[in-house]
Amino acid sequence: MFKLLSYVKPYWKTALLAPLLMALEVTMDLLQPRLVQRIIDVGIGEMKMDVVFTTGGLMIGAAFVGVVGGVGCSVFAIATSRNAGADLRGRLFEKIQQLSFGNLDEMESGNLITVLTSDVNIYQRAVAMGLRILVRGPLLMIGSLTMALITAPGLSWIILVALPLVIFLLLFLNRKVAPLFRTVQEKLDKVNTVMRENLSGIRVIKSFVRSDYEIDRFGEANRDYMAINRKARRIMGVVMPLVGLILNMGIVAVIWFGGRGVVAGGYRLGQIVAFYNYLLRLLGSLTMIGMILINLSRAVASAERMAEILEKEPDLEEAIEEGSKDDPQVKGQIEFQDVSFSYRGDGGKPVLEGIDLTVRAGETVGIVGPTGSGKSSLVYLIPRLYDPTAGRVLVDGKDVRKISKKALRGGIGFVMQETILFARTVRENIRFGKPAASEEEVRQAAQIAQAHQFIKELPAGYDTSLGQRGINLSGGQKQRLAIARALLINPDILILDDSASAVDMKTESQLMKAIKAVERDSTTVIIAQKISTVKDAERIVVLEDGRVAGQGNHSQLLRDNEIYREIYASQRGGEGDNDE
Amino acid sequence: MNKRDRNTKGKESKSQTRRLPGPGGGRHRGLGGERAEDTKGAFNRIWNYLRKESRSITLVFFLVIGATTCNLLGPFLMGRAIDSFIARGDIAGLARMALLMVSVYLGGSFLNWLQTFIMVGVSQRTLREIRSDLFRKLQELSLSFFDERPHGELMSRMTNDVETINLTLTQSVTQLISSLLTVLGVVAMMLVINYKLALVTLLTVPLVALIARYVARYTRKAFSEQQRNIGDLNGLIEETITGQRVVKLFCREREMLERFEQRNEDYRTSSTRAGVLASLMGPLMGLVNNLSFAVVAGVGGWMAVGGVATVGTIAAFLNYTRQFGHPLNRLASLYNTVQSALAGAERIFEIIDQEPELQDEPGAEPIEKVKGEVTFAGVDFSYEEGVPVLKNVSFRAEPGEMVALVGPTGAGKTTIVNLLTRFYDIDEGAIYVDGKDIREIEIDSLRSQLGIVLQDTYLFSGTVEENIRFGRLAARKEEVEEAAKKANADRFIRHLPRTYETELSEEGANLSQGQRQLISIARALLADPAILILDEATSSVDTRTEIHIQKAMKKLMKGRTSFVIAHRLDTIRNADKILVIKGGEIVETGTHGELLAKEGFYHELHNSRFQDADVINQ
Repeated sequence: MFKLLSYVKPYWKTALLAPLLMALEVTMDLLQPRLVQRIIDVGIGEMKMDVVFTTGGLMIGAAFVGVVGGVGCSVFAIATSRNAGADLRGRLFEKIQQLSFGNLDEMESGNLITVLTSDVNIYQRAVAMGLRILVRGPLLMIGSLTMALITAPGLSWIILVALPLVIFLLLFLNRKVAPLFRTVQEKLDKVNTVMRENLSGIRVIKSFVRSDYEIDRFGEANRDYMAINRKARRIMGVVMPLVGLILNMGIVAVIWFGGRGVVAGGYRLGQIVAFYNYLLRLLGSLTMIGMILINLSRAVASAERMAEILEKEPDLEEAIEEGSKDDPQVKGQIEFQDVSFSYRGDGGKPVLEGIDLTVRAGETVGIVGPTGSGKSSLVYLIPRLYDPTAGRVLVDGKDVRKISKKALRGGIGFVMQETILFARTVRENIRFGKPAASEEEVRQAAQIAQAHQFIKELPAGYDTSLGQRGINLSGGQKQRLAIARALLINPDILILDDSASAVDMKTESQLMKAIKAVERDSTTVIIAQKISTVKDAERIVVLEDGRVAGQGNHSQLLRDNEIYREIYASQRGGEGDNDE
Repeated sequence: MNKRDRNTKGKESKSQTRRLPGPGGGRHRGLGGERAEDTKGAFNRIWNYLRKESRSITLVFFLVIGATTCNLLGPFLMGRAIDSFIARGDIAGLARMALLMVSVYLGGSFLNWLQTFIMVGVSQRTLREIRSDLFRKLQELSLSFFDERPHGELMSRMTNDVETINLTLTQSVTQLISSLLTVLGVVAMMLVINYKLALVTLLTVPLVALIARYVARYTRKAFSEQQRNIGDLNGLIEETITGQRVVKLFCREREMLERFEQRNEDYRTSSTRAGVLASLMGPLMGLVNNLSFAVVAGVGGWMAVGGVATVGTIAAFLNYTRQFGHPLNRLASLYNTVQSALAGAERIFEIIDQEPELQDEPGAEPIEKVKGEVTFAGVDFSYEEGVPVLKNVSFRAEPGEMVALVGPTGAGKTTIVNLLTRFYDIDEGAIYVDGKDIREIEIDSLRSQLGIVLQDTYLFSGTVEENIRFGRLAARKEEVEEAAKKANADRFIRHLPRTYETELSEEGANLSQGQRQLISIARALLADPAILILDEATSSVDTRTEIHIQKAMKKLMKGRTSFVIAHRLDTIRNADKILVIKGGEIVETGTHGELLAKEGFYHELHNSRFQDADVINQ
């Protein structure tokens, strides 16, 4: 939390003004009962009319000065908090941009999003509240305590009794209820889980006619949630009235003991009135402080999450470089020299071991292998999304670590397994890699990707907006858009990671033909689950357990490579159908 | 059934998802619209739920009145204590008054606690009812409802909107009553004690109202703008982070950063403005309060000197002025809270009011011991008006036959099985099971004769055993294990930490794709349906599991009428009948051999996929 306070530092001037102005307001506020005391004891008690009026005037004056303080404090506190918040948010965003794929793997994107949105806001609110109430609460407390003691020292024992009681109650509340609310969240999560599962699985539920079963399942979660919610709130419902009661008992005590004191001649009426006013303010300030503590603990949790991100060392040099398009273009020869690789945080399980592979510029290479054999990992190393743990990856004979990111990635068109599109128009999505692309280029790319046809049929054609993640398109359509996007930048190396899995056979073969025609001079690396996709590649590499288990063209591999045969067979469902 | 398949079918020309009308549908993140369209209507609906608790609510009403009265009595009694007893030196009287005050305060606290206690129960029960009704309703709705709406939005209604009502019911209602009563009570008490002083003091009220309205108007505007900006900002954040890898691949970090900074700046300005305006309320109210204080003391003092008022009066008035300010403030903020709660309620009731899916026709009967003969006769179907998806589809499957459906994506294969399951009703023609028109069969009964295995397996967060038993709830453990064995799933299940008792995480995510498939096959085996629907769409599964799945599917299909959306050549070759579907029509039917001989569309499809069909047979 305290490290993050540095974001407030640039605004230290306004940050300082806020509590100062608050002090002004508090002082004015504390004056009021004293002035009332004067009116009662001097003005009324001694029948001095002028005192009544002048003091009344003073009260009005103090009220105005006070409001200047209060408003001023608010303005500065909020301005400071928003400024600090904006800076922090910007820094976090920038930091996230710098993180490597490896780092991103370790952090869930849902988490990152929450941090950037919710946590920063919590921080903002905490700073604002801190600058306002952090000063007000204690100041008011100390101030009213002092004034109360000055006003009627003989009654101060009442404070000594009431104060600890209230503090105890507020602490009790915090301790008892906070963990309970955590359980409330858990139960709520369960309710939501059942809901979500039903939303996505409704087809199966209906087909198996299991609605009643699901209603029961939901009912149980619902009841649990209700029960614990009720319990938590009922506890809160006990504490607050108790605090109020203590307050009021304090007032009665003041009336009784103070009253007796007045009758006995030790006190004046005005003193009593002022005293209980201070008492009220004192106990009010305690509740305020209690609230601060609760909010503060939330803020600390958020601060920790944010600090974690800010302190993360990216494990790849991912500085947002300038690099220009005029850097020497990548020609397309790829070489793996004794490359080994494992993901961090996976227990160092090797995903690739001792890979030696050369892809000539302009070659079309297919990569196949069972799931988990390392296919995707292999190609991730080419645009340097990760660094190998051993060995070197070379593009055009140069270690990729030595090529500027802009030049390297600018020359590689990569289509990932999971398609991600943005909430923009179709055109803007295709142009993502090259915003200045012409209409013609966009159209061409779409045509090669076999997407132009369906794009034309969309309500607004290329101007159609895609929902978040492109949800209104089918899987196959999304994939084709992603392929168009990669093709647009005219890459010298095109990498397709199982990019046509949702596209039907016919379209896929047209797609491959079209790509082949266009990318004749560029290197194309295609990873596929289905052998039929890469059957016509010049060379096919078979991976198993992170090693190269064979290379060659389709017929060679069918003849010589057992793994390849096995995979091919399973995909055709040919052999083995007589076994039990 | 590939949802995407079906979605694009009638919708390739309309790729906008249909949203429910009403505020907040779409981009507002976590905050639905702020205002209900029909406040009264929404309020009435909530009231309908509350009506079940009318006795408790009436009790609470009286308790709140009681508690507020006690709170109001306090200052009054104090004033009397000062005037009648302290001033006159009447200790005994003071003692009595003190005791009275103690009992009044005790009573007030007790009533307050009791009221909260009951109200919490009322509101929680009501919410449970609403949630339960919502859920029930969802079970009744048609599939198109789910396909047309992004799940995120539905979830938001069911969680966020319900939670907003939660807050309102628990606190706002009672606060509303007590605030109103307090305000009225304070005014009444002041008038009773000393009407002249009261009138002077109450002059500040219009001041308060004026300030409140002024500030509120600007605050509301500033707030909407802030919410808009934060929606944009958060939208960009979410998008950039989920798409971060793509951003990196295409070197677009700079651009994203610039976009971000723009929105960050916008948010900073609008949130500062909104924040400052919102925070003005407090100090301004404090100002008015202090002014009232000054007025009470000054004018009251003047009146006291003149003998028209007493010190006790002043003391009481000071107290009342304090009590006056809070409720007014609270009423203002309550207004907004209640408004958004009603807006949320409206969205929830929108769902509850939806048309349920197909109902049984009158006279529908259950069906038993289905043999499994399925006939489609001249079936026409479209999801949307004027966009035909199936045209004149006719075929017949004998009991026990395996029918393979092949054809390009979106040709209508999934639709055929959707219609068989009667998720939708056809436009023309008829579908018969065992010679009976399915419209004359009770829907639940029809569906319990069908079994499905889809690519998207639906498993839920229960044990492995519970998931398999989903196929037939009354099955014994031995039967569950038997089914698992037949599905080639038993082996991997025994390797799980708690074998059949292993808990699956949400949607079964702690198993691999292949394992999930095997369990869903086991589930279908247990259900032992007469008619089976199978979607063979391949997914990333390793070779060994792939072979297990194929073998298991073969076992599953034995002895049942099976409709397979086929992707594996072996399946197609062994099918008793292949339906080749293109553009919503059956273009060719026959066995593999017959169709190849025709050298038509099937022939073309086949060749583009499996050119070396014969190489393998060496």
